[in-house]
Amino acid sequence: MSLKIGVPSKGRLMEKTFDWFGARGVVMARSGSDREYAGAVEGIAGVELVLLSAGEIPRELAAGRIHLGVTGSDLVRDKLADWEAQVVELAGLGFGHADLIIAVPVAWIDVDTVDDLDAAAAAFRRAHGFRLRIATKYHRLVREFLTEQGVADYQLVDSQGATEGTVKNLTAEAIADITSSGETLRANHLKILSDGLVHASQATLFAARGAEWDADTRTTLAVLAAQLGVVAEV
Amino acid sequence: MTINRAAIRAEAEALFTAFKAAGAQAVEADTLLPAETLLDLYGEDIRARAYVTSDPLRGEMMLRPDFTVPVVQAHMNGGAEPARYCYIGEVYRKQDHLGPRASEYLQVGFELFDRVAPEAADAELFALFHGLLAPLGLRPATGDIGILMAAVNGLTTTDRRKAALLRHIWRPARFRKLLDRFSGRAAVPQARADMLARLGSDTPDALIAAAGPMTGLRSEDEIAARVAGLIEDAETPALKAPEAALLYDLLTLQAPARAALSHLRGITFMMPAIEPAVDRFATRLDALERHGINPSDLPFAASHGRTSMEYYDGFVFSFHGAGDGPAVATGGRYDALTAVLGQGRSIPAVGGIIRPALVAAVREGLV
Repeated sequence: MSLKIGVPSKGRLMEKTFDWFGARGVVMARSGSDREYAGAVEGIAGVELVLLSAGEIPRELAAGRIHLGVTGSDLVRDKLADWEAQVVELAGLGFGHADLIIAVPVAWIDVDTVDDLDAAAAAFRRAHGFRLRIATKYHRLVREFLTEQGVADYQLVDSQGATEGTVKNLTAEAIADITSSGETLRANHLKILSDGLVHASQATLFAARGAEWDADTRTTLAVLAAQLGVVAEV
Repeated sequence: MTINRAAIRAEAEALFTAFKAAGAQAVEADTLLPAETLLDLYGEDIRARAYVTSDPLRGEMMLRPDFTVPVVQAHMNGGAEPARYCYIGEVYRKQDHLGPRASEYLQVGFELFDRVAPEAADAELFALFHGLLAPLGLRPATGDIGILMAAVNGLTTTDRRKAALLRHIWRPARFRKLLDRFSGRAAVPQARADMLARLGSDTPDALIAAAGPMTGLRSEDEIAARVAGLIEDAETPALKAPEAALLYDLLTLQAPARAALSHLRGITFMMPAIEPAVDRFATRLDALERHGINPSDLPFAASHGRTSMEYYDGFVFSFHGAGDGPAVATGGRYDALTAVLGQGRSIPAVGGIIRPALVAAVREGLV
C-alpha cells in the first residue's frame, strides 16, 4: 500500500509546498495538463500525491483517506473537533503565514484589549437588547478563544467573505478574521485588539491518526520523515 | 461502557414513576426549541453544545439541550402555584471531544415552583433525589451561589465593580482576575494604563474624531459613557484588605454543611450583607434535617456549581459516581431565569435532573 499525501491543488500554496518538499529531495509535480488534478512524486518510492483543495484536506485527514496532508493550521484547528486526537502536527513549513485576529472600529477609543471587548459587550447588550455580534467564518477557533478568555455577552455571526465590511453594513460590531497585511482592516476603519491574536497560522504538514498505517506505509513514513528532517510518530 | 437501551429506559421509567408519586404533574416539551431564546439566555456556549438546525418558517431551531427552559416557559404561561412538574425524554448535546460522553441521552427531571418557602422547596427536592439515589452509594456535593452573590453585593465599592463581578460569577477564572485587580493584588495592566493616559489627554469627542471615522452600530455616546466609566474606575480605591480577604476566604470555603454554617456565622459580623443569605442557608439545613439528611456530614463548597450552566443563583447540588465522569444528577435554584423568561413576572424555582444511563452504569458497577 502506498502512502497518500494530500497537498493543495493550486496557487501559491501548491507552489510553495512543492518548493519545500523539493528542497528536501522529494520532487512533486502535477502530471498531465494544467487542468488535470493528478500528480507524481519522485525521489522516494511508495508515495502517492493527492491534489486537493486546501479547505478539504482537514476533512480527508480526519477520515483517514490520506496519510499525510499539507494545509493551514487554522483550517485544521477550526474544522476538526478535538483536532489533536485526529491528526499529528509533523512540521510547520514556514510559509502561508496568516494571523486570525479580532478587530473593532478604530473609533472605539475605549477598547484596546479582549478585556475591554468583554466590558463593551456587556454595555452594548444593555443598550441594544442583543448580544454584541462578531462576524467570522472561524467559529470554533474564535469561540474557544473567547470562552478561554471568559468573554460573555457576544454572539458569532457567520461571514464567509468580505468580513471587514460587516461592521459598516451594521450586521456585526466586531470581526474575527485572517489578516496577513492589515491593509483591508485599515481601509475599513478597523483596528486589531492588542491581545486579540486567536491563532498564528502557517502551512503545516499533518499526519492522520485514523489512516491505515500498515507495515508498508509505516516504513515509507520513516524514510520520508528522515529525508524531510521531521520527527514522525503517529 | 455499553448498557442496553431497555435497561436505561427501565431506570428512567422507575424514576419518572417516583417523581409522579412525589406529587409532580407529568409535562411534555417540544424537541425542537427556538434557538433565539436559548442563545439569548446562555450565549455562544450553548451554540457549541446544542445541535442547531433550521426550519423553513420558524428559522433557527435547537434540538432540546435541556428541559428547564420549555418547562419554565410552560409554567409562566399559566401554571398553578405552587407547582411540581416532572418530565422524561432525550436531550441532545454536541460533544467536542472524542470519548465516551453521549451526545443524546435520557433525562428525568423534577421542577418545583413555590414562592412561599423556597428553602423548604430546596430541601424537598434534594431529599427526593437523595432518597432515590441512596442505593447507589453516590457522593453528594452542595453549594449556594446566593451567598457568594450576597457577598459581592455587600462589598464597599462602586456598583460598576459589583456588576462586573456578578456578571462573571459563573466564570471563576475571570472573576478571580477581576477580584485580584479590584483588591489591588494585581497591578493595572500596562495596556489599560496606557489607554487611561491617552483618554485623559483630551475629550472623548476629540479623541474619537482623531481616531478615525465612526463605523458600526455602537455610538459615540456609548463609547463616551464607557470612557467615563473607565476614568471613574481608575479613581476607585482598592477594596479594603480585610473585605477582600473575606471574599477570597469565601471562594475557597469547603466543609460539611453544618461546619460551613458555623464558619459563615462567625464571619457575618464582618460582612453583614451576607446575613440574609446565611439565614436562608440555615433554614435549608434545618429543613434537610427534618427530611432525615444530616447536615453535619453533607459536603458543602461555596464555589460549587459555578462552572455549570449560567443560571443557578442559589442552592446547587450534584451526585457523583466514583470516576471523574459527568454527574449522575445535578440541580439547583434558578429564580432569575424565571424572571427573564416570564417577561416581568417571576417565581422562585428549583429543579434537578437525573441521567438514567449513568444510574444504570453505576448499578452495573461500570462507573
